[in-house]
Amino acid sequence: MCNKKTFPLGGLHLNKQKISALSPIQDAGIPPLVYIPVKQHIGTPAQIIVAPGDKVKIGTLLAKANGALSANIHASVAGEVKKIEEIQGEKGYFEQVITIQTSADEYEAEIDTSPDINSNIPQDVEEIRQKITAAGLVGMGGAGFPTPIKTTIPENKSVQYLIINGIECEPYLTADGALMLEKPEQIVIGAKLLNKVLGIQNAIIAIDENKPQAIAKITQVTKRYVGVNVAVCKSKYPQGGEKQLITAITGREVPAGKLPIDAGCVVQNVATTYAVYEAVMKNKPLYERIVTVSGDPSLTTAGNYLTRIGTPAEYLLDKAHTNKSQIGKLLFGGPMMGVSAVSLQAPITKKTGGLVVIDTASSLRQDETCCIRCGKCAEVCPMGLMPFAIASNLRRNNTAPLKALHVADCIECGACSYICPAKVPLVDYCKLGKYEVNKQK
Amino acid sequence: MTDTFWLNILIVGGIALCAAIMLYITAKKFSIQTDAKESQIDEVLPQANCGGCGFIGCKDFAKACAQSTAKSFSALYCPVGAAEVMQKVADILGYSTPKRKDTCAVLRCNGTCQAAPKKIEYDGLKNCRVANLTMIGEAECPDGCLRFGDCVKVCQFGALSINPQTGLPTVDANKCTSCGACANICPRHLLEIRPIDHNQQIFVACNNKQKGALARKNCQNACIACKKCASICAAIKVEQNLAYIPTTVSPQEFGTKLQENCPTGAIIYKSQVKREKTNV
Amino acid sequence: MLKISSSPHINSSVTTQSLMRDVLIALTPAMLVALMMFGINALRVILTSVAACVMFEYLITHYLLKAKNTTTDLSAVITGVLLGFNLPSSMPSWMIIVGAFVSIGIAKMAFGGLGKNIFNPALAGRVFLFISFPVQMTQWPKPDFLNFLNTDIVTSATTLGILKQIDVSSSASIKASQVSLTELPNYWQMLLGDTGGSLGEVSALALFIGLLYMLWRRVITWHIPFYYVATFFMLTAITWFNTDNVHFEPVTNLLSGGLLLGAFFMATDYVTSPMTRQGQIIFAVGCGILTYIIRFYSAYPEGVSFAILIMNAFVPLIDKFTPQRVYGRKRK
Repeated sequence: MCNKKTFPLGGLHLNKQKISALSPIQDAGIPPLVYIPVKQHIGTPAQIIVAPGDKVKIGTLLAKANGALSANIHASVAGEVKKIEEIQGEKGYFEQVITIQTSADEYEAEIDTSPDINSNIPQDVEEIRQKITAAGLVGMGGAGFPTPIKTTIPENKSVQYLIINGIECEPYLTADGALMLEKPEQIVIGAKLLNKVLGIQNAIIAIDENKPQAIAKITQVTKRYVGVNVAVCKSKYPQGGEKQLITAITGREVPAGKLPIDAGCVVQNVATTYAVYEAVMKNKPLYERIVTVSGDPSLTTAGNYLTRIGTPAEYLLDKAHTNKSQIGKLLFGGPMMGVSAVSLQAPITKKTGGLVVIDTASSLRQDETCCIRCGKCAEVCPMGLMPFAIASNLRRNNTAPLKALHVADCIECGACSYICPAKVPLVDYCKLGKYEVNKQK
Repeated sequence: MTDTFWLNILIVGGIALCAAIMLYITAKKFSIQTDAKESQIDEVLPQANCGGCGFIGCKDFAKACAQSTAKSFSALYCPVGAAEVMQKVADILGYSTPKRKDTCAVLRCNGTCQAAPKKIEYDGLKNCRVANLTMIGEAECPDGCLRFGDCVKVCQFGALSINPQTGLPTVDANKCTSCGACANICPRHLLEIRPIDHNQQIFVACNNKQKGALARKNCQNACIACKKCASICAAIKVEQNLAYIPTTVSPQEFGTKLQENCPTGAIIYKSQVKREKTNV
Repeated sequence: MLKISSSPHINSSVTTQSLMRDVLIALTPAMLVALMMFGINALRVILTSVAACVMFEYLITHYLLKAKNTTTDLSAVITGVLLGFNLPSSMPSWMIIVGAFVSIGIAKMAFGGLGKNIFNPALAGRVFLFISFPVQMTQWPKPDFLNFLNTDIVTSATTLGILKQIDVSSSASIKASQVSLTELPNYWQMLLGDTGGSLGEVSALALFIGLLYMLWRRVITWHIPFYYVATFFMLTAITWFNTDNVHFEPVTNLLSGGLLLGAFFMATDYVTSPMTRQGQIIFAVGCGILTYIIRFYSAYPEGVSFAILIMNAFVPLIDKFTPQRVYGRKRK
């Protein structure tokens, strides 16, 4: 345990503000209406197979994956499909959703709702893979990359490491931590299942040092399961970034513009791993997840909620007794990488790990002053980029050198904007740079 | 005394001579072969290097002109220099001048601060392209002008400015050279280079593809796809809940009628587009 | 109304102003030593310098550039303090004002203000004064401990001046050098500041305290001060061992003159030093070599200001050739 792992390039220490770290997972309940988006993942939207008026149960397939880079969407509540409409997502853009009027819980027959832990890992790899695909699993850490693709190794590539990402380096968010505290065995079985699918012997569950309880619980469970180990990582931002975690654990680097599999690694979030367990052992599609509601203590009571996909953010905020009139910013995700929501009605998706509220006064950015060339942005950049150079070129509308500055490698972790003493919105410039580089192609 | 004087003259003169010889040699050795016509054309071009012609700069355009045939020359056009400059270029090459319609940029959005009030407050980098990646827009129109003026900043000719009353960029048709830089930079493709017909223009100043009621909820000036305009002029197409007036529709003939019959004011008819330098 | 912006949604509390404030706090020990050693005159020099710098910056931003007032970021105050630190306490006030004008008006604002200047403003002002008024700039009042109101100026030689003399005389007359040697201050005197010299450079200990404070507050990293001082120390030590000439005695050379002030507070200036770690090391080593060359092989006894200014000019070039290694890419 003295040998804590971390990534060598950049990074910084944040005030973690993990208010709800030890709060138990509460059931958020059933909102009167749920809005289930048909696109909750990277790729093509799922194809709707229900019509208004249809009766659905929990776990009923609502929309079918459309192609390989897509995922199934299931009903998260029992009730009646009311409408197929367009409502505003977190960025405010209109997205197609299936609106369901809810009634009392009623499950599809094959779903095992008993609380017992099932550790009889099926022997047939194809069966496991099929169940993962059918359950509509996507990466629940924020990217929403369909899990079946990640667990299918391309022919000319091989995998040596499976890393289960239990690191929540964003301030406020505690959903993954709460899950590890309450469902350690399920996560470990999920990791075993992923081992089986990938055909490797070992899985590493990475947890950051500021979660000693979770480390203790998971370590205790792993003693009973061969092939799952715990790696303790330093509490440094952005330790939970896929590329940073790979480097911390394996010492390898993901080549620029490539995927983790090109470095022989597969990284899965703990929430996804738990969902794998549920999908395979309990036949339960991905229709609910843990969402942290947190933020300024004067605005909300922080907690971890088991939430149905499609629940409007406002319903969850009410559950947490949030003073909605004082909200300056509502964040989907953490304060470093989250999206500031345009509408309180935006629904929770498979990717939403937390809602963070910031009060009106502290949600406004500070005035930008001129760059003093302190180089702190380059110092903290975990990708080794030079944000100051990217910003100064874009300010002069000079897009030619952007490619050579590798702006496309930016992971938008926010470390540079956070540290900048002149308060230059460097991440905004990096996003602009990425947009311009894509346009040049 | 005189000795030093002459010595000085000799030394300084000698240095000058050596430098001159060296410069001559390097100029000869590293000289770039330029076509006489190419440099002649380059001299008459406006040297704005704006890229409006589709080439990287004026020099590239001059090269393309010099290498063109009588036929392929008609496809080359400098929007900044317009007819006057193209005539000069044609004279140098001995070709005939291509005829072009007079054009200028128009903004296909009329979501003014009054018609489409702010519902949220954007606090990020005041840049349309970043704002477009971050959110739907302060007026919550997914296709409307974001009002941060990337087009104003990119315009080299000072033809665009933000109108403080409406919050929208306005085009000074007299200064606009139709170089297309604004149309290229706008993340929502709201600026369109449209012909000026007898000092008049008509176009639908809306790009919202939502259903009428939703569009109107956020903006009073939105096109609601009522198809009234299409019933007046058959050439007008209404697709994806949005009307579009093709550039072939004559503003003289339909202008007043279309503007008066549009229930929301999405159609803008400019009867007096000021233009000192014309192409026709 | 909900506020919308791109991530991140939180910022660190460190601002340009807070960084500058930390530097000022780090300069305080040296300032106190200056007051104790040189009395009221030190106060006069520093106050004149600071007031003139702030005034020039305000006048230029307000009347010439018609821009926002930038004096609140405290960078002009630091320039003023550093300029004052680089002057002898007997400096006439009007010359200080001329120096402040060169620092702020020419070296800083003419380039576009904070963040855009190529040369360290305080050093540019000092070098201008040094070349324009060599007599006044090389008269070093003798420190007079805790005698605040003493304005009678008794000049003395600086440690480096004495060393230079030894060097000149060593071949001519050994006797002369022995006389001079007794004038050399001991290590304790140099640590505490009981030697002749510019206001801020006399006490090595006070400067070390300032450096530790800046490192603790993470205002700067250790790289530039360390590599600068280490390079210089190594070079002098090697020559000392080889020649056995007291002129090169490394510890005396290290503790005397403006080396520590320059290495800790002026070579580390954000604006005029390279951005990347590798670049900073090249910059610091370059400063060390140049200081060594100027101190021992030129007419001047001191070379820190020239060394830093020369390396300042190389910063854009260093920045160009020392990009960081990008994750997942091989260094070219």
